[in-house]
Amino acid sequence: MSAGFTLTEGVAHAPTRTVRTVILGLIGLVFAIPIVAMVEFTLRAGLVGGYNIDRWVALFQSGFTGVYRPVLVALGNSVALAIGTVAIVLILLVPTMLLVHIRFPRLRRLMEFVCILPISIPAIVLVVGLAPVYSVVARLFGSGVWTLAFAYGVTVLPFAYRAIQSNLDGVDVTTLTEAARTLGAGWGSVLLRVLVPNLRRGILAGAFIAVAVVLGEFTIASLLNRVNLQTALVVVSKVDPYTAVILSLLALAFAFVLLLVIGRLGAPRSHTRAPRRRITLKGTA
Amino acid sequence: MIATELTHHDRESQPGTVVEFSGVVKEFGGHRALDGFDLTLHAGEFVALLGPSGSGKTTALRVLAGLETTDAGIITINGTDVSALATSKRDMGMVFQSYSLFPHLSAGENVEFGLRMRKVKAGQRRTKAAAALALVGLEDHFDRFAHQLSGGQQQRVALARALVTEPRVLLLDEPLSALDAKVRVQLREEIRRIQTELGITTLFVTHDQDEALAVADRVAVMRAGVIEQVGTPENLYTRPATPFIADFVGLSNRLSGIVRAGQADVYGAPLALIDQSHPDGAVLVSVRPEDVEFASSGLPGVVVSSSFLGSLRRTSVRLNDGALVFLQHSVRVHPSVGERVHLRFSGAPVSVESVETVSATPPF
Repeated sequence: MSAGFTLTEGVAHAPTRTVRTVILGLIGLVFAIPIVAMVEFTLRAGLVGGYNIDRWVALFQSGFTGVYRPVLVALGNSVALAIGTVAIVLILLVPTMLLVHIRFPRLRRLMEFVCILPISIPAIVLVVGLAPVYSVVARLFGSGVWTLAFAYGVTVLPFAYRAIQSNLDGVDVTTLTEAARTLGAGWGSVLLRVLVPNLRRGILAGAFIAVAVVLGEFTIASLLNRVNLQTALVVVSKVDPYTAVILSLLALAFAFVLLLVIGRLGAPRSHTRAPRRRITLKGTA
Repeated sequence: MIATELTHHDRESQPGTVVEFSGVVKEFGGHRALDGFDLTLHAGEFVALLGPSGSGKTTALRVLAGLETTDAGIITINGTDVSALATSKRDMGMVFQSYSLFPHLSAGENVEFGLRMRKVKAGQRRTKAAAALALVGLEDHFDRFAHQLSGGQQQRVALARALVTEPRVLLLDEPLSALDAKVRVQLREEIRRIQTELGITTLFVTHDQDEALAVADRVAVMRAGVIEQVGTPENLYTRPATPFIADFVGLSNRLSGIVRAGQADVYGAPLALIDQSHPDGAVLVSVRPEDVEFASSGLPGVVVSSSFLGSLRRTSVRLNDGALVFLQHSVRVHPSVGERVHLRFSGAPVSVESVETVSATPPF
């Protein structure tokens, strides 16, 4: 209650509690309706009407074998692709953005343009362009599913860029870098000990979005004939629409859990810590 | 006592650091920020670089720190050329104009950062950081984060962080300009005290003449990428080499006069020249407001305004020819606006600048 008060304090026309509840309720409804409808669909007991959990039981008793086995494999593929894409964001995008920000500020507009570009290109056009590229990729890296991460690294660029850039704009990166360098830090220490900790929020947000985009991606995988979660679900839905919906629900739940775990890992550390240092200080002072 | 703990370390082996800039040039896209910059900082000396914005003073400090490269010239520290040395290897402590504490670290961890980079052991790190924080009067703020500290406290922590590694040179890049007036004066006195205690060679960049005059052993006034004059604060104030210095360091009246035979004639009054070799001709003469006095007879004029400045009063008088003269005098004298007065010059030596007489080219 008091926390709610401090949060709205100073805002001239903060919505009242009722308005906030209504807005939240409406948004919740928009998200809940399709999910509830999916659950309802999976529980239908055929043409006679009524509901049972037979299909859920059957799926779990089969142990995801048989027809459903590819879905598990596809899930594994998607997770691997998500990891690969996040790695591209962390290893390629973040250092490049920092380099441009600190050393080549004139290139910032160009960098922004290039990073935002993929959002304006339809996936189908992207694939037409990617097809010949991937014939080379396949020759160099083999045709493993993970190579799709290169394409996903491009599609998540606009989202990851925006998330990281907004954090970058809020931190005086140049001064922090210069301060660290005058204190004897090499570029590696500057990056890992100063910049990454202060840009953690943006980097995490970028990684979240990358994971979410990859887990929901269908077009590119389908057109390049790769198996990921979404393409596998489509295959299953042609055989058994009920089970496909159950698997979709499970995939949703999986994505939620994944995002929650990543979010928990990156939760900001407490700024008020136990006064363990104070004791040492008293001893020396 | 804490100060000695921080310094005596290298005292015997390293009596102090001498820094020398010679002929340093730095260009930014065609603009010469430093145009053959020469300056020597003696061991343990506190030198202020003073100048208007764009005069190159911050650039000079940044090339010394290695944050900018030089296009020409040499920078030496104790005789060794450091021009090619990376910032992280130059062993300097720097305090920035904008708040530069690492937001994700506590004050103590910020101070420890430089020691951590030098691979100092944890226990020793903590002791040294605590000592450095005590030096700036913040021993109770070890666990505070930047957002829990005031601007003045943040700059104190930044100072402790810059000093804890016992650097060869301390660089201060307008560290007080973001602070409010009272804290600014307090902290500048403290910086001077600490600098004297540690005996560390210090370069202090500022655009605030009061600050420079108050703390520095020597002040170097910069203009357009070069030093126009270097000297003790007293020297700069009483014997400005040029009217630019006279105008920039303290207030000055600029009055027209004529130089004749090593003397300046200003409204009929003969005034001694600081630079006696100045050629004869029409000049602009810089006269300090405290070198103009009310008199019973002399230069007639009308009081335009008079303001009370606490310990003194500053009055402006319009002369008959329209020129405005400021004078500083005791608060016990109360000139009223519109009052007819007479002025005279106290006779202190003045600096002059030749007037480029409007070219006499006849119109076609």
